Amino acid sequence: MHSLYYLVSGPLVWVSIALFLGGIIYRVVSMAKLARKKDIFVYEYWSPYYALRSILHWIVPFGSVNMRKRPVMTVVTFLFHICLLALPLFVFAHVILVKESWDVSWITLPETASDLMTIIVIGACAFFVGRRLFVPEVKFLTSPSDFLVLAIVATPFISGFWTYHQFAGYKAAAIVHMLSGEIMLAAIPFTRLSHMIFFPFTRGYMGSEFGAVKHARDW
Amino acid sequence: MNEHPESSAPKSERKIIVEPGVERGIAKLTPEKIEKTIRAVLSAEAGARFKTYIDTCVHCGLCSDACHFFLSHDRDPLFAPAAKLKQTIWEIVKKDGKVDEDFLRKAVEVAHSECNLCRRCSMYCPFGIDIAYMVMMMRRIVHKLGLTPQNMQDTAHSHSATYNQMWVKEDEWIDALHWQEDEAREEFPGLRIPIEKEGSDIFYSVIAPEPKFRAQLLYQAAAIFHAAGANWTMPATPGWDNSDICMFTGDHEMMGRLKKVHFETALRLKAKRIVTGECGHAFRSVYDMGNRWLGYKMPPIPVVHAVEYYHELFEQGKIKVKNKYKKPVTFHDPCNISRGMGLHDKAREVVRATCETFIEMEPNREHNYCCSAGGGVINCGAPYKIKRVEGNSIKADQMKAVAAKGAQVVIAPCHNCHGGLEDIHESYGVHMEIKFLSDIIYEVMEKPGQE
Repeated sequence: MHSLYYLVSGPLVWVSIALFLGGIIYRVVSMAKLARKKDIFVYEYWSPYYALRSILHWIVPFGSVNMRKRPVMTVVTFLFHICLLALPLFVFAHVILVKESWDVSWITLPETASDLMTIIVIGACAFFVGRRLFVPEVKFLTSPSDFLVLAIVATPFISGFWTYHQFAGYKAAAIVHMLSGEIMLAAIPFTRLSHMIFFPFTRGYMGSEFGAVKHARDW
Repeated sequence: MNEHPESSAPKSERKIIVEPGVERGIAKLTPEKIEKTIRAVLSAEAGARFKTYIDTCVHCGLCSDACHFFLSHDRDPLFAPAAKLKQTIWEIVKKDGKVDEDFLRKAVEVAHSECNLCRRCSMYCPFGIDIAYMVMMMRRIVHKLGLTPQNMQDTAHSHSATYNQMWVKEDEWIDALHWQEDEAREEFPGLRIPIEKEGSDIFYSVIAPEPKFRAQLLYQAAAIFHAAGANWTMPATPGWDNSDICMFTGDHEMMGRLKKVHFETALRLKAKRIVTGECGHAFRSVYDMGNRWLGYKMPPIPVVHAVEYYHELFEQGKIKVKNKYKKPVTFHDPCNISRGMGLHDKAREVVRATCETFIEMEPNREHNYCCSAGGGVINCGAPYKIKRVEGNSIKADQMKAVAAKGAQVVIAPCHNCHGGLEDIHESYGVHMEIKFLSDIIYEVMEKPGQE
C-alpha cells in the first residue's frame, strides 16, 4: 500500500502532467499543421475579434438562444464546468501540498464551499448520465465511451469527497483519488475531453466565419 | 448498421426510398471500390476541421432543437443533426470505408434528403461544429461513388454541359432577354436589357429558372434597373447563370468551373461588380464556397445580392415608392443570405419602405426555420418530395402563426424558398401568397414615364 501510495503521489503525478501538457501541445500543433496543409482558409478567415465575440457569447451563461431554451441544462453545465475547473486548483488540500513542496501558495476555497462544489460535480455527472439514458436524442448519440468519459471525470471527485470525510476505507480512497485524477488529466488530450482544448478553435472559427465573412451572429 | 441500443430506437422505422439513380450506381460498386473511393476522399480532403469536429463532438444532442426535420418528426432522434452524422460520416470513419450497400443507400438518403445544409445547427452546437460541412463531406463521397439521386445529378449534368442548371441553350437565353425587353418596352418605352455591354457598373446574373419559367423576374429586374437609372448588363455567353447544384452534389471540380466562368464573364465585360438575383444558394456558391474552391478568399469582383442592392437603391433614393403595398406582409429569411450574409435587417428596411404593414414571424433572422427545399433537397425530385414536406411541418406551424396575426403575404427573396414554401403551403393549408421582394418593389415603385 505504501509503495503504491508513493507511486501515485510521486512519479505518476509527473507522468500525468507531462501527458496532459505534452498532449495538449501535440494536439494543437498537429491540428494547426494539418489546417495549414488542407484547410488554409481557416487561417485566412480567422478573425480575433469575431472569434472572441463568439467565444464570449458561449462562455457566458444564457449568452446564446439555445442556452436560454434549456435553462436547466445551462445551469447544470455551467456549474459543473466551473466547479470542475476551480476545485482542483483552489481546494485547500491541494494548495497545501503545493505549499509544502515548493513553498508557494494561493487563495483556497472555504471547506464548505469545496464540499458543496464536489457534490455539484458529482450531481452533474449523474445528470449527464441521466440524459444519456433517458433523453432520446442524446441516447441515440451515446456510445459506451461516453459513459467511460463521465466515469473518468466523476471518480476523482467521488473519491476526493470520500477521503476528505474519512469514510470507511478512506486510505484506499485517497489512492483511488490520486490515480483517477491522474488518469483524468492524462485523458484530456486523448479522449473527447479534448473538447476543452478545441473549444476556442472550433467556436472561434465558426465565430470568425459567421462574423467576418457572413456578417451574422452565431449564438 | 445502426449500432444504437434498442431502447433508443427511433420513433419511426426507416423505410429506404428506392431511387433509380442510386440503385444504378450501387449496381456498379464492389466492396473494393467503395473502400478505395472513401479512403481516397478521407485522406485527400478530410483535413483539420473534419478531424477536429469528429473529436470535439461530445454527443450532447444540443444541436437537435435547431433542426426542422427533428422538430417536425416529433423529436425523433434519427433526425437530430448529430444523429445524421452518426448514421453517415462517423460510421464511415469508424469503419475506415468498409461499409456495405445498405449502409450507402441509407447514407445517401440521410445526406441528400434529410439535411438542407442550412447551418442552423451550427448556432445551436456549443462548439460551433459545422455539421452541414460534415454532411457535405458525405455527399462528396456519394458523388465520388456515383450514387447521387438522378434528378439532382441531371441538374449537375446540365451545369457541366451548358454552364446553366436547366439545359437552357445559348440562343434561348438571349431570346428570353429580348422577349422580356420587348414586353417591358410597352410599359417603359426607353427600357433596354443591355446585353454584352462593356464597362457597366453592374453585371446582373440570375439562375436558369428565370429564363426558363419565371421570366417575369427578368422583366421586373429590368424595370427596377430602368427606374433606378442603373448602368447594367447581362452576358450573351455562358456565365449568366450563377446557380450551382454541383456545390450540393459534392462535385467541387464542377462547382469551380461554374464559378470560374461566372467570374470571368463579369471580368471580360469589365463590370464593376456582380449583382445576383433573388437566389440564396447561388449567393452561397459565389460568395462562400465556389470562390473558396478557386482559391479566392473573397470573390475576385465584388458580389452583391439583390436584397442588398435594393436596400442601396432605397437608401440612395433611386427608387421612389408611389403607394405602399397594402396587404400585411411577413418576411422569410433565406438561410444563405441571413446566416450566409446577414442581410436580414437590410431586407426588413426594404420591406418597411415598400409595405404598409409588416408582421414578424417567429423565429426570424438567423434563427428562421429553413424552407426544407434548399441544399439541393428539392433538386432530388419527386421520390423525396413527401419526405421533404413531412420534414417541415414546423414551418407550416410558423406560417400559420404569422397568418393568424394577420399576414397575407410572405416575402421570400430566394427561389428555393419559393419552391419549398409553395409545397408547405399547399400540403398544410397555409393561406398566404408567396412573393419575391422584386414583385413588391415593381408593384409599388414610381414608374418612369407614367403618371
